[in-house]
Amino acid sequence: MLIPCPHCGPRAAEEFEYGGDASAPPTIPTEATPEQAHAALHLRANPRGPHRELWYHAAGCRQWFTARRDTLTHRFLAEAP
Amino acid sequence: MDIFDPVTAFSFLNLARNALTGHRNWARMWRSPPPQPAYDVVLVGGGGHGLATAYYLAKLHGIRRAAVLEKSWLGGGNTGRNTTMVRSNYLLRPNAMFYEHSLKLWEGLSGELNYNVMFSQRGCITLAHTQSDLTGLMRRGNAMRLNGIDAELLDREALARRLPALDLSPTARLPVLGGLEQPRAGTARHDAVAWGYARAADAMGVDIIQNCEVTGIRREGGRVTGVETTLGFIAAPKVGLCVAGSSGLLGAMAGLRLPIETHVLQAMVSEPVKPVLDAVVASGALHFYASQSDKGELVMGGDIDGHNSYAQRGSPVPLDHAVESCLALFPAFSRLRQLRSWGGLMDMTMDGSPIIAKTPVEGLYLNGGWCYGGFKATPAGGWCFAHTIARDEPHALNAPFSLDRFATGALIDERGAGATPWLH
Amino acid sequence: MIRRIPFRFDGREYRGHERDTLSSALLANGVRIVGRSFKYHRPRGIFGYGADEPNALFQLGDEPNCRGGLTPLTAGLDARGQNAWPSVGFDLGAVAGLAAPLLPAGFYYKTFMAPRRLWPLYEGLIRRAAGLGRAPRAPDPHRYDTRHAHVEVLVVGGGPAGIAAAMAAAAPGRRVMLVDDGARLGLMAGDPDARIGGQPAADWLAAREAELAAMPDVTLLRRATAYAVSDSGRVDVIQHLDGGGARQCRWVLHAGRIILATGAQERPLVFADNDRPGVMLASAARAYATRHAALPGRRAVIFTGDDGAYGTALALQAAGVEIEAVVDPRPHAGPLAEAARTAGIRCLPGQVVVKALGARGVKGCLARPIEGGAMRRLNADTLLVSGGFTPNLQLFTQAGGRTGFDEGSGAFLPVAGSTAVECVGGCAGAVSLAEALAHSLPPDAMPAVEEAIPAPPSTLSVMPKPRGLRGKRFIDLHNDVTVEDLNLAVREGFGHIEQVKRYTTLGMGTDQGRTSGLIGAGHAAGQMGRALADVGVTRPRPPVSPVTFGALAGGHVGPNMAPSRVTPIQPWHDANGARMAQVGSWRRPQLYPRAHETDQQAIDREVLNTRTAVGIVDVSTLGKFDLRGRDVPELLNRVYVNAWSNLPVGRCRYGVMLREDGMVLDDGTTSRLGENHYVMTVTTGNAERVQAHLDRLLQLAWPELDVRLTPVTEQWAAIGIAGPRAREVLAALAEFDVSDAALPYMALAQGQVVGIPARVFRISFSGERAYEVNVPAQHGQALWEAAMAAGAQHGIMPYGTEAMLTMRAEKGFFMPGFEADGRTTLDDLGLGRMMSRKKGCVGQAALRRPAFAAPDRKQMVGLLTLDAAQPMPRGAQIVADGPSIGHITAGLYSATLERWIALALVEGGRARMGETLTATAPMAGQSVPVRVVDPVFLDPEGERLRG
Repeated sequence: MLIPCPHCGPRAAEEFEYGGDASAPPTIPTEATPEQAHAALHLRANPRGPHRELWYHAAGCRQWFTARRDTLTHRFLAEAP
Repeated sequence: MDIFDPVTAFSFLNLARNALTGHRNWARMWRSPPPQPAYDVVLVGGGGHGLATAYYLAKLHGIRRAAVLEKSWLGGGNTGRNTTMVRSNYLLRPNAMFYEHSLKLWEGLSGELNYNVMFSQRGCITLAHTQSDLTGLMRRGNAMRLNGIDAELLDREALARRLPALDLSPTARLPVLGGLEQPRAGTARHDAVAWGYARAADAMGVDIIQNCEVTGIRREGGRVTGVETTLGFIAAPKVGLCVAGSSGLLGAMAGLRLPIETHVLQAMVSEPVKPVLDAVVASGALHFYASQSDKGELVMGGDIDGHNSYAQRGSPVPLDHAVESCLALFPAFSRLRQLRSWGGLMDMTMDGSPIIAKTPVEGLYLNGGWCYGGFKATPAGGWCFAHTIARDEPHALNAPFSLDRFATGALIDERGAGATPWLH
Repeated sequence: MIRRIPFRFDGREYRGHERDTLSSALLANGVRIVGRSFKYHRPRGIFGYGADEPNALFQLGDEPNCRGGLTPLTAGLDARGQNAWPSVGFDLGAVAGLAAPLLPAGFYYKTFMAPRRLWPLYEGLIRRAAGLGRAPRAPDPHRYDTRHAHVEVLVVGGGPAGIAAAMAAAAPGRRVMLVDDGARLGLMAGDPDARIGGQPAADWLAAREAELAAMPDVTLLRRATAYAVSDSGRVDVIQHLDGGGARQCRWVLHAGRIILATGAQERPLVFADNDRPGVMLASAARAYATRHAALPGRRAVIFTGDDGAYGTALALQAAGVEIEAVVDPRPHAGPLAEAARTAGIRCLPGQVVVKALGARGVKGCLARPIEGGAMRRLNADTLLVSGGFTPNLQLFTQAGGRTGFDEGSGAFLPVAGSTAVECVGGCAGAVSLAEALAHSLPPDAMPAVEEAIPAPPSTLSVMPKPRGLRGKRFIDLHNDVTVEDLNLAVREGFGHIEQVKRYTTLGMGTDQGRTSGLIGAGHAAGQMGRALADVGVTRPRPPVSPVTFGALAGGHVGPNMAPSRVTPIQPWHDANGARMAQVGSWRRPQLYPRAHETDQQAIDREVLNTRTAVGIVDVSTLGKFDLRGRDVPELLNRVYVNAWSNLPVGRCRYGVMLREDGMVLDDGTTSRLGENHYVMTVTTGNAERVQAHLDRLLQLAWPELDVRLTPVTEQWAAIGIAGPRAREVLAALAEFDVSDAALPYMALAQGQVVGIPARVFRISFSGERAYEVNVPAQHGQALWEAAMAAGAQHGIMPYGTEAMLTMRAEKGFFMPGFEADGRTTLDDLGLGRMMSRKKGCVGQAALRRPAFAAPDRKQMVGLLTLDAAQPMPRGAQIVADGPSIGHITAGLYSATLERWIALALVEGGRARMGETLTATAPMAGQSVPVRVVDPVFLDPEGERLRG
């Protein structure tokens, strides 16, 4: 699989780490309730189809970015506006 | 019908008798009835877990007005896509006790179902490549012993005897320092498990309905009243989900967001060769496992691809890693060939352990989140799930595998990887 | 004809030709039985030409399951038949044939259950009977290469359709690759006299191929099989190489456009005893005869439902084979049949072969009219079959392509547009050369094609078995799956073709059903009373044909299996007797044993020397991050549990980081080098993980923070100098003041050390006065050697990771991976008081979940054996009176304390101080009483640190 890094262009998936559901908060605020912390940690989007997700170009530019990908076809889609 | 009927039961005698008539008189293994309008329990998913649940509901809890709904064909999901390993060599007590119960059920399963599931207790050997790996294996083995599970430490000499093809040279990139064996672990014929449970459940009156996809879960006042399917509405006060990688989709039909992500895991077999690997071999450091099937194929698996996926196929890279790992341990296998590979959908939970539990929706029960471990759990998963559905409360064995443990923090994180399913 | 190349088969000497394959050479030598079948051990002969071969699988020395048609003949080749003992000619395993009535599909599910204790015995017998060749025992002497390439257009298949596709795609500046496995059976299945552009078809194609080869942007990959298609247009190819280099090269291609010209596979026909040696696919026989001058026999019956085999009859007749008859179930065939008749070949339309005669080789067959009637005997030593063609769509379906049933050809054809991958030629249903070329060539580029256009093929595959006739009808020769097996599966209620496959093993052989899949599905559909279009065929899985493990691993074998990182001081460690161990991706010195020392003695010496004099340790592997910007203190406040706002320039501070779920992630020191400049160290094994964590927070959560993070682990060598005399050693090296006043505990200094720009941190992981000197990596070894020289008079000795782990345990310092195992919290480690109350940090919210306040959480404690000399059992669990309540995370001998100590995680451990528990290792039969104590065994006040 080639992953379209917005900074480096399409690169082999082996260069990247996966970051999961992009709609989860990037960090849990200190003041969050236990219930909010639980939801942020554990209740992730898991769609069959387009999925907004995080990738980290660990062996490249070291940038985290959001991509849309179809979990049924593994095709990367244009980022929704 | 009775699976132990002397005339129709599976036995050598009846095989010989049928040989005289060219095997033209064997009965169907299970009926193919149209769905009835209502059942006491509807189980969604005709894989090993759904069928085992149906069997134990009928056998142990007297619930025979039950149906198993399968959107495609029995055993076509992960039941037929795994690497067939059965073991209970876990560190954490809830896992150890649950999987050991499963292993004990496996030991009697062929006899219980009158169906040879070819459970082959050849032992499962986990290898250590560093001194701290080895200490970790000792810690695990000692925990297993305290939990009443068989475990033996193998030194390099013992490994050389058990696994003649293993590279034990001390200068290997990943030297093998020792291993932990669970002698009672092994493999089983995966398809046969589904068929055996299906035949036995059917014989007790459970309706097994293939090509029937659930499209909705009907609820009234916070409780389940039945399921919408491609064959129409089927009423049931209790609905159990056993749908592995589709858990998230089915959960959403009941308004539930589950602590589960769906990932693809691949496995492969080599061309068949004469017996050369007489145990299941695993390496935690390599995240690799292999065994040899009765047919002679080396069955191997590795890591998940590591991103959400509903495609039952993956990248060549994880399989390449599995092959590299295989050759690191068994360099002589270099000239064997990969014959076939495939992918299955793993329902990965946020702590790497399964969920067998009631849900916030009354009458809706969940058996899922099996991660890599669903196949070996088939008997105990069904056994505990049947108990949970029939009594409306979990058995002590599955009480720790609740859905609310994520909210309370009482996690069962065998690898300590945290809420990153792709790292479990 | 002179046979020049000597080779052996099952111990006998034969000779073959330079361009022979093992199969063609055996055929030419008249060898009929080349193998034994998988289940019944029936004698088998050569059946196919390439990857479809079910029978001619050989053991070549140490390598099993080599397909004879894919094995080039080489001098001295020593082949053995498989699955037979003592030989394929006389195989004792053939008794399985006698028991055949007891061995229907899935017989093993119905028996061997009682008594249970005998199952391992039965299973042993099954395992020995199954399998094909012997797995290699010796290491693989070969090397395998991997290459990557990107192309605009990739054409798979070098037959007429593939060549046309490459011609159409080729253009200056456009990278086109044509991958060809060399089988080219397309031309072996039709009109032998076909002409393209006025030339014999083969000549025209050879000329076009030469033109393509001459184009600079076109690459022809010969002897190469494309075996897998995956996401993003990736195609994996295995190329077989000759010569002294690598044996195979695996190509990883990424293509903008993928065109499949993979042709079609001839199907067999099924009748009683259709597996006898001498029964062969018609196109295979023709390829052996015309390419290798290897005739399948002297006298042949050809049984075909397809016109192409009439061409084969003509070609074989021309090559000197007598044609007994061509049997065809169709009443009428096309022009090739007319040509055959004209050439004097007896044609029997409307007839079918119902049984092959002869046990160890074909002696003839029985044929009869299709609607029934008297059987006639045809005499022949060869029986060639052609049941029509199945498009090779394995790669197409791998790419997600859908297929639809085509009534005319009785096969499934690709549905155009169902995937981005395109199909041309035979795999897209073309039945003539003109059609295959026209799939790619525009009308104005189409050459004139003269060929006999075939009549529609017969879709009959499985012949009836007349009453009283015996013999098994094999659908799948690979796995000995018969018509009766499929009937049984359907009878027992297996209603899906994938279930039928799993129950009978149909299509699970080494060709994955490319010859049997469609026939089996068609027959099963008939038994189910359903249409084949509705039942479908099983899905072939990657790879298209088996791929050698060595080729998949490529260079990632032996020492290169995984990368191994070394520090700049590695040469010194190697030269000075260090025992190295792999720690994650790094190689690190474990200890430096001297002659006649046990490991424990070496560790004790290293520890005591550090505690009493001075030790030196290579800590270059520690993760290091350079942090710059105004908001670094804010970042540190947010990611560490403790407060960082007031760290002065020139000072270091220890901190602990949590994961988002509240578990301890890592610990280490961060030092302030300048106003807006810090350096952070993290545990060796956690460097990548912490980097991803910080990058994520900085980029996604707090982009407003002015912090630039740069990983500098490999830019700096780091050396720890620890012990009561550490300052003397450092003073001899440093060109600046290192007195306690200038460089107190948890301070840092920058300046020249033996002429090298250095950073010196006074931090300690051993509990002793210690300095960590960082220099640019290229100076690491020079610094180390200078320190060894300067330290000689103070008794300096290097120490390894074992001594380091011992000293940290004596001090009760936790370690990620040991006590912080991903399930422990700050409080579990006894460090709850570190958590700042003035500010929050990552992970804090998740810790408010109720389970983290439970009193029975596992807490870090120290343990002492009651008898100081009594070793702690390794890998021990802790019990009080019942199940495990904890485990030892580090148990070791402390030379400093002259006793065994341990760190452990124990349920409610801090409330158990002074209790006696048991450390138990049942596998080793050891149980030792231990006392729960504070985890800090040495110098709890930290006096040694400060000096």
